Amino acid sequence: MTALRILVPVKRVIDYAVKPRVNPTQTAIITAGVKHSLNPFDEISVEEAVRLRERHTKSPSASNPKVEEIIAFTVGPPKSMDVLKTAMAMGADRSIFVEVPEGEQPESLGVAKLLAKIVDRENISLVLAGKQSIDSDAHCVGGMLGGFLGWGFAGQASKISFEESGACTVEKEVDGGTEVVKGSLPMVITADLRLNEPRYASLQNIMKAKKKRVDKLTPEELGVDLRRRLVTKKVVEPAARKGGGKVSDVDGMIQRLRELGAI
Amino acid sequence: MVLRLGSSTLCLKQQRLRSLASLASSNARLISCRSVSALAVLELKDGKLVQSSLSAVSAAHKLGSSITGFIAGSNISEPSKEAAKIRGIQKIITIENDSYDKGLPENFAPLLVSNIRKGGYTHIFAGHTTFGKSLMPRVAALLDVAQISDITAIDNENTFVRPVYAGNAIATIESSDEIKVITTRATAFPPAEYEAEGSKVLIENGVDPNSNSPVKWVSENLAKLDRPSLATASKVVSGGRGLKSKEEFDRVILPLADAFGAAVGASRAAVDSGYADNSLQVGQTGQVVAPQLYFCVGISGAIQHLAGMKDSKVIAAVNKDADAPIFQVADVGLVGDLFDTVPELTEKLGK
Ligand SMILES: Cc1cc2nc3c(=O)[nH]c(=O)nc-3n(C[C@H](O)[C@H](O)[C@H](O)COP(=O)(O)OP(=O)(O)OC[C@H]3O[C@@H](n4cnc5c(N)ncnc54)[C@H](O)[C@@H]3O)c2cc1C
Repeated sequence: MTALRILVPVKRVIDYAVKPRVNPTQTAIITAGVKHSLNPFDEISVEEAVRLRERHTKSPSASNPKVEEIIAFTVGPPKSMDVLKTAMAMGADRSIFVEVPEGEQPESLGVAKLLAKIVDRENISLVLAGKQSIDSDAHCVGGMLGGFLGWGFAGQASKISFEESGACTVEKEVDGGTEVVKGSLPMVITADLRLNEPRYASLQNIMKAKKKRVDKLTPEELGVDLRRRLVTKKVVEPAARKGGGKVSDVDGMIQRLRELGAI
Repeated sequence: MVLRLGSSTLCLKQQRLRSLASLASSNARLISCRSVSALAVLELKDGKLVQSSLSAVSAAHKLGSSITGFIAGSNISEPSKEAAKIRGIQKIITIENDSYDKGLPENFAPLLVSNIRKGGYTHIFAGHTTFGKSLMPRVAALLDVAQISDITAIDNENTFVRPVYAGNAIATIESSDEIKVITTRATAFPPAEYEAEGSKVLIENGVDPNSNSPVKWVSENLAKLDRPSLATASKVVSGGRGLKSKEEFDRVILPLADAFGAAVGASRAAVDSGYADNSLQVGQTGQVVAPQLYFCVGISGAIQHLAGMKDSKVIAAVNKDADAPIFQVADVGLVGDLFDTVPELTEKLGK
């Protein structure tokens, strides 16, 4: 098998532990002054790319193919540089950044189109993406990219392995259990939570990442029109639940469940 | 063309029924009906239609247009007949070919796109299941349209409602695409009902481009369920990290679930620690449920867990930490050690 050239798309999102708030004009979520970080699923895909490299370094073989390069990619506002740095501190070799003005996050379709162009330019053989980003929850980019490229696609991966023959076997999390599919590179694979446990970047690697290359490109240079097809008209908070009705013992619980018609 | 005429006649009939509506709004309605024609992709599991597909049909029904059902795979005559009885479906397109059995997006997407082009559908619906999540984005890419994922309501033919940020915000989204590729949240649309008679429904062969898939299906390992399935159960008992081990999870949670006649669910922490199977995870990245009763045991109530159960009718919780966030959403909460209270509850429910 020829060496892998891996592309990992990453996204800067509101940190998973923060409860997002809707702005007073009900047009968007408040992002200013809110802690952001690398989308948790993208952390997992970066980790997987780095592990593939380590597997080869430890014991090179057809089932541990060589990783030639790991390129992190993001499209987003200026601060998205942070997540590229994180990806590089975790082990990505360099980055590509398509910067858009603050507040103008392109939708999945546009992101997938940009990625398809990068795949061509960089001669990529494997795209490892997260299965969804925890802000838009759209679950689209990986699947769309597979479509644009005409490549095999394995979503929600919990295990990725290569065989002597060059085949790539992916265990996927599906409704009710798991499923195994087999393809050959080039492929698009999206990571589920249980694919691996991402590492923390060491201070030393964070310092090293500062020196790694980041190429900036514009959508025009890539020939992609990022105009949105979906426009958000309104954002509201979900109807609040009124919790807090506590009972003091098991009998109270049963009685209350009866009153609520739950049993 | 015939199909479109058909749908506008149907709309006219509906209009007459609603003859009291104001002229202006009825005109608007008429225009919208004329252009709308929906295709519902029906997912099969073991030769049966899955429940989330029935919800997708309900969603399509909200557009007030004609609905065509789409079924592909082997041995589809039984499910096609079953689908013909679904209320709201006027026509079924079938493609008998075993290469579509596993719903691989690589060949299923081109298949769907060929049939969408041929039928001129404006709205394509599928459930937001593993099948829909893997297939529909590829379909959207091939059609060069944006996907509208996991919708919970439909305002009009262009405007849809969907939860974002783990359900912490509800966004209303307008699509300018000619063809709308949509996945639907099963808990938001009650499954379409069956009618006794389905004979008027036309079952028609679709076109089959016979594309090859570069990815092959190898095997599956589905959890065997001897309890109600999580997605459709009217009651769910879920366990979290508080259970401490798989042995305790099985000893404490399973009898409680049986006492309620409930499905079993779990938090990510419980799944990651190996207490429960992956497929039982409830939450933003697991299953979304909305049963009559959701009973949580030893679950703190993290944002990502709430995302999957916040729309349950009644939420009950047992947790030893009185400040656990779960109590902010629970209709009824018991502060106490689950190892004492849950067996007592199980016993008393059994009586
Ligand atoms: C990207 C991402 C996606 C995620 N997706 C999901 C998801 O889909 N679903 C999900 O559930 N989580 C998800 N999580 C994880 C989530 O953030 C929480 O970590 C998880 O829900 C916590 O599970 P828990 O409540 O069981 O555990 P904990 O938070 O550890 O809570 C355990 C609770 O048990 C109570 N307890 C302990 N012992 C006892 C006892 N003896 N009696 C009574 N109570 C007791 C404690 O007081 C505590 O409240 C996700 C996280 C990330 C980052």
